[in-house]
Amino acid sequence: MSSLVTKVRLKQIEQLIEKGKRLDERGLTDYRPIKIEQGLIERAEGSARVLLGKTEVLVGVKVETGEPFPDTPNEGVMTVNAELVPLASPSFEPGPPDENSIELARVVDRGIRESHAIDTEKLCIEPGKKVFVVFVDVYVLNHDGNLIDASAIASIAALMNTKMPNYEIKDGEIKIKQGYTPLPMKSHPITVTMAKINNRLLVDPWFEEEQVMDSRISIATNEDGNICAIQKGGSSYFTPQQILEATKIALDKAADLRKKLNW
Amino acid sequence: MNEKEKLIDKKGVRLDGRKADELRPVKLQVGVLSNADGSAYIEHGKNKILAAAFGPREMHPKHLAQPDRMVLRCRYHMAPFSVQERKSPAPSRREVELSKVIKESLEPALFLELYPRTGVDVFVEVLQADGGTRCASITAAALAIADAGVPMKDLVVACAAGKVDDTVVVDLFDAEDKLGTADVPVAYMPNLNAVTLLQMDGILTPDEFERAVNMAMDGCKKIYALQKEALKTKYMVVKEVEE
Amino acid sequence: MPIFFEKKQLVTPGELLAEGDYLPGENTYAEAGKIYALRIGLVDSDNKKINVVALRAFYMPKTGDIVIGTVVEVGFNGWTVDIKAPYTAILRASDVLSRPFKPQNDELSAVLNTGDLIVAKIASYDRAHDPQLTVGEPGLGKITRGQILHVTPTKIPRVIGRKGSMISMIKQETNCQIILGLNGVILVTGKTLEEEEIAIEAIKKIEAESHTSGLTDRITQLLKEKKQVKVEENKVE
Repeated sequence: MSSLVTKVRLKQIEQLIEKGKRLDERGLTDYRPIKIEQGLIERAEGSARVLLGKTEVLVGVKVETGEPFPDTPNEGVMTVNAELVPLASPSFEPGPPDENSIELARVVDRGIRESHAIDTEKLCIEPGKKVFVVFVDVYVLNHDGNLIDASAIASIAALMNTKMPNYEIKDGEIKIKQGYTPLPMKSHPITVTMAKINNRLLVDPWFEEEQVMDSRISIATNEDGNICAIQKGGSSYFTPQQILEATKIALDKAADLRKKLNW
Repeated sequence: MNEKEKLIDKKGVRLDGRKADELRPVKLQVGVLSNADGSAYIEHGKNKILAAAFGPREMHPKHLAQPDRMVLRCRYHMAPFSVQERKSPAPSRREVELSKVIKESLEPALFLELYPRTGVDVFVEVLQADGGTRCASITAAALAIADAGVPMKDLVVACAAGKVDDTVVVDLFDAEDKLGTADVPVAYMPNLNAVTLLQMDGILTPDEFERAVNMAMDGCKKIYALQKEALKTKYMVVKEVEE
Repeated sequence: MPIFFEKKQLVTPGELLAEGDYLPGENTYAEAGKIYALRIGLVDSDNKKINVVALRAFYMPKTGDIVIGTVVEVGFNGWTVDIKAPYTAILRASDVLSRPFKPQNDELSAVLNTGDLIVAKIASYDRAHDPQLTVGEPGLGKITRGQILHVTPTKIPRVIGRKGSMISMIKQETNCQIILGLNGVILVTGKTLEEEEIAIEAIKKIEAESHTSGLTDRITQLLKEKKQVKVEENKVE
């Protein structure tokens, strides 16, 4: 029961927060160091590994052809799946995806989808019949908190690294040609997650902070400074004022990260 | 979006005849299922949803019990016939996620630490869906929990707002949900001014987002009055019988 | 220091009841100097204490409470008993046998089997452990006859009445023995089925009309009428 052990820590964490400090010596709105490495999986059309402090996420992108959804016949398809791989944490167990991995996948998915990060219309091969399908698979390799932001950054980094096979249509058949073109992208959303502890907002909560947090809010924004996806989590609440404060912090932090990452 | 797909006309009237800040009709009924410890039924627009609460009771399987708190479990489920094209009865990823966020929207209202090692189960069945089912589910589920006699800090009530064409509107119905540009579902405990569910998809400027949240909270307050009324009605009926 | 309710007003969870110099009583809680209801019920104040008489609640075990439960499992050295609470209760074999329990000699299911009803007292309970029962006092133990009915546990005090007045009257008028389990389970044992039924009808009426005035008079009336009917029926025979 990790939640019981960390109750002792809670006081310590709370006392530090009152002074605007954290156990790992960050300020309340500081991210841990971020490291991105792209293209390390040659078999995948795109890939990226993100280190956010000790949290480590690998995203692989596979591109295949398939049918479009009936309501969007001119658009390619994107799906996100997340695996909380057992080697990443003693609390992860093998087996079908649980609510945590499904939520992670769907939050990452919404950030990409709602910001129109991928230009899906350019993934149409034959309207209503054949399109490119982009599979984004999030692999959590080490869980030290804030899987949402690490996975969101890794997913965009992997998509930016993704190469589409060139093709031509001959007699109604698709022929894959030599060479690749980059995946067409329109936006680079950045998701910023904050934990509420003792009525204060902490950016990029690490594992122990997540264990004691009251609730969590993740806000994805795009380069225009607009909000494109939000998810509240955890078993407590936010006041309306805290929500507005969180959106301001999310926009600020995303701008910082954009500069740092050159997105 | 081209002209014929307009969701709001020049007079600001929506496809179903509502104004921007107008809710769909909401009907609530408490104590509708005899086997559940508490239950409620909601009709929110064309949404028809049943919620039932059981407990607090022993957790099964036992290893899921927490030594220091009660566990709230929620299952949000859509009936196969609730939507245009038959939905497989197996839980989808969407339903798993919604079950989680609905649970987390109700937990802040409960005194979890008072009943360690026990569990409360909330089952939500969407019989007919018309956009905004997660919000209507939360409104009904909170009533079911109150009807089960489980202590609550406040009733939880939910309502969405969003952006349709270029207008921020409250309580999106199915067509607006699908064709609109953003959707912001909010769950709220009005007496404690606490937001317990917040999601968003689509694109909104920070200003539009703030307006949407406020509009959703205003919607919540209106539904809250109906919620209280519905709960009182069940127990008032008892009073009338003997008078 | 305002109060936001009228006496006996029906309130819902989260309703603000008072602010300032008041104390939270039953079914209420305090936050930031304000007192709120936490269950649907009727609000009342007792000096500075604000109480809500819940119209809906479940039974929470308390040491010393008399409860009526169903044996749901015969275990290795005792029984598991459903007492209609969030926790199932435990009755140890040694408590029933009043001597050390020997697994080689004692067949527990011969003493109490699943489905058996017992009247028991809560011997000990805290939130960390399941309630322990005892039947080692007069009047406790296995129930062999009578009728069982269930009421909302919050209504038991109304069935008892002021200083036991209500329940004494029903017992007297119907010649029935009545055991009130504080968990909302009631055992009625009379000499005849008719007498038991009159007692049950009276208790059901109390449950349904518990939050109205003049209830005692109406119950007296009901008991008289029913007895009259019975006397007349006997005459016809």
